[in-house]
Amino acid sequence: MSEPQDPRGPADRGPVDLHLADLDPDDPAYTYTADKPPLPETPEQLRARIPGWGVDLDPADRPSFPRERFDPGLNGAHWRFPERQVQHHPRERSIEHAFVTPVFGTSTPPSGLSGAVRRHAYRYSEGRNAHWLLLVAADRVGALEAALASFASRHPDDPVSETGVLSEPGHHPLRSRRGRSDVRHQVLDPVLVAAPWVAGGVLGYRVVRSAVRGVARSRAR
Amino acid sequence: MRGTVGPGGPEDRCARAFREELPVRAMVYRGPYRVRAEEKERPRIEHPNDAIVRVTLAAICGSDLHLYHGAIPDTRPGTTFGHEFIGVVDEVGSSVQNLRVGDRVMVPFNIFCGSCFYCARGLQSNCHNVNANATAVGGIYGYSHTAGGYDGGQAEYVRVPFADVGPTVIPEWMHEEDAVVLTDAAATGYFGAQLADVVEGDVVVVLGAGPVGLLAAQSAWLMGAGRVIVVDQLPERLEKARTMAHAETVDFTEHDDVVVLLKEMTGYLGADAVIDAVGAEADGNFLQHVAGAKLKLQGGSPIALNWAIDAVRKGGTISVMGAYGPVPSAVKFGDAMNKGLTLRMNQTPVKRQWPRMFEHVRNGHLTPREVVTHRIPLEHIAEGYHIFSSKLDGCIKPLVVPGAS
Ligand SMILES: NC(=O)c1ccc[n+]([C@@H]2O[C@H](COP(=O)([O-])OP(=O)(O)OC[C@H]3O[C@@H](n4cnc5c(N)ncnc54)[C@H](O)[C@@H]3O)[C@@H](O)[C@H]2O)c1
Ligand SMILES: [Zn+2]
Ligand SMILES: [Zn+2]
Repeated sequence: MSEPQDPRGPADRGPVDLHLADLDPDDPAYTYTADKPPLPETPEQLRARIPGWGVDLDPADRPSFPRERFDPGLNGAHWRFPERQVQHHPRERSIEHAFVTPVFGTSTPPSGLSGAVRRHAYRYSEGRNAHWLLLVAADRVGALEAALASFASRHPDDPVSETGVLSEPGHHPLRSRRGRSDVRHQVLDPVLVAAPWVAGGVLGYRVVRSAVRGVARSRAR
Repeated sequence: MRGTVGPGGPEDRCARAFREELPVRAMVYRGPYRVRAEEKERPRIEHPNDAIVRVTLAAICGSDLHLYHGAIPDTRPGTTFGHEFIGVVDEVGSSVQNLRVGDRVMVPFNIFCGSCFYCARGLQSNCHNVNANATAVGGIYGYSHTAGGYDGGQAEYVRVPFADVGPTVIPEWMHEEDAVVLTDAAATGYFGAQLADVVEGDVVVVLGAGPVGLLAAQSAWLMGAGRVIVVDQLPERLEKARTMAHAETVDFTEHDDVVVLLKEMTGYLGADAVIDAVGAEADGNFLQHVAGAKLKLQGGSPIALNWAIDAVRKGGTISVMGAYGPVPSAVKFGDAMNKGLTLRMNQTPVKRQWPRMFEHVRNGHLTPREVVTHRIPLEHIAEGYHIFSSKLDGCIKPLVVPGAS
């Protein structure tokens, strides 16, 4: 575990009065000796330049040292085990838990097809990829269900304004992206966002078309 | 179980009951890359130790981008994100003793019970009593069902469980922007520097110059670092690393192989410690990024983590603050083993950091609000996410303001 002092032992911190500039930069040999490479600044220089340099040098002043510190009074809880929150819906839980935790989130209970997939996913432990992959699949189905439901509501989904791309013109779209490596794959984002809508559109069109043809054919007969 | 009215004045019962029926405005996730402001049911007291907080200021975190991009399993359309927020207590449950209606509070991003095995040992981020959906994650506001299925604070109102243990009254002297950044990003930077086990004179490399990386760089100096080197590709963030965090900086797009450069800079030894403040959507390798972050074929693209393993010296320490998904990622574990590395990581137990951090903020040793660049009305939430996700307009930390337009 992490020790208060240098976990690597009282390592030679190296001669601090040596400066990188004093060494031949083409000669890396000094790191192949027992010495630590010299630092460009002394502690005094650092203390003068950087506000608060070294105020937490002593690990005892660091709040997360040591990692675990037993103190049951730490958090101001006035219970040994919390009162249980009332379940209004059957609450899905990880099978790695003995029971539904005394307190839990109540956002968006599972519903529809995505809900069925989610409930199924919770039959697998967190150690199984099936658990996570089913949940990701349910997320995508859920987004589709939400979009379909929205079209029957007063607030239909608007895939354009919801992506926020309308903010591009006012926020330096070109200058902000100059020279960045992530621009190469940012061009994929619109494809990823549009793909389900295009696929949904094509599918919808096909379904409607075949239905229309079916009706036309049965009329012709 | 309905909220008792605190000593903030016995508000007219009728008026309160009426208001409780009114819907509220909230950020709502619609599907990958799509969010909007919507009307939602007002959050209710669900447990005697709950409070309802009226949010006055929230923020979007780099972690929210993982949700926004659809990278975290069990992120349900209809949920509200937001785990960085401050506000005013609007209603308290029957067992709440430490908070009153009207208190101005800052709320740690962790939801925690205060009494379980982990909470009693200071690991509030690993609380065992708040996340029914997963044992590997604690409770986090607005962070998918994998983090417990709680709605978050990018909204007018939010349910705050365990009101007696989580929220803290904002000190009089503290700036509201410092307070909101302290609820996660700043605390995480400070925690990340602690997990790097910095000793005097250490060379510390920070990968990522987002809010977390910038605060980690500032914090590394407090622990006595001899050199702090920050790596990113966004010029405005690297500039911030120089001015705010007094660090040396490296733009990884300017170098063919950033690991070799870091070796050169450290006399071919490597850094004593490397802090990963990037996480699952790291750039720098097109194929890895597309496989991990875009197609979700792994639990993220561990490019930064692999750079860390390579750039740290043998026997050194890696502190992972970056978040990764629960599906396996291709991490170079063999090298980590061969090099005898120590890997330390966690979600930040935020409240544990606060007393000491408050001193640092008050003394000007840590300056969280320097990372704030944008204020976005809740109604423009889609634009806010897009600007932050695409890093437009020099955006480093966007705040969300409910009720503004
Ligand atoms: N452990 C915790 O409790 C905790 C809390 C908050 C945030 N986080 C995580 O910390 C990470 C950073 O958060 P943030 O809010 O600063 O996010 P951010 O998105 O603002 O910053 C990430 C930065 O990393 C840079 N980057 C991308 N690829 C890189 C690479 N290969 N090398 C170096 N830099 C690279 C990006 O340009 C960006 O500036 C996220 O993964 C977030 O989920 C963890
Ligand atoms: Zn966060
Ligand atoms: Zn707990």
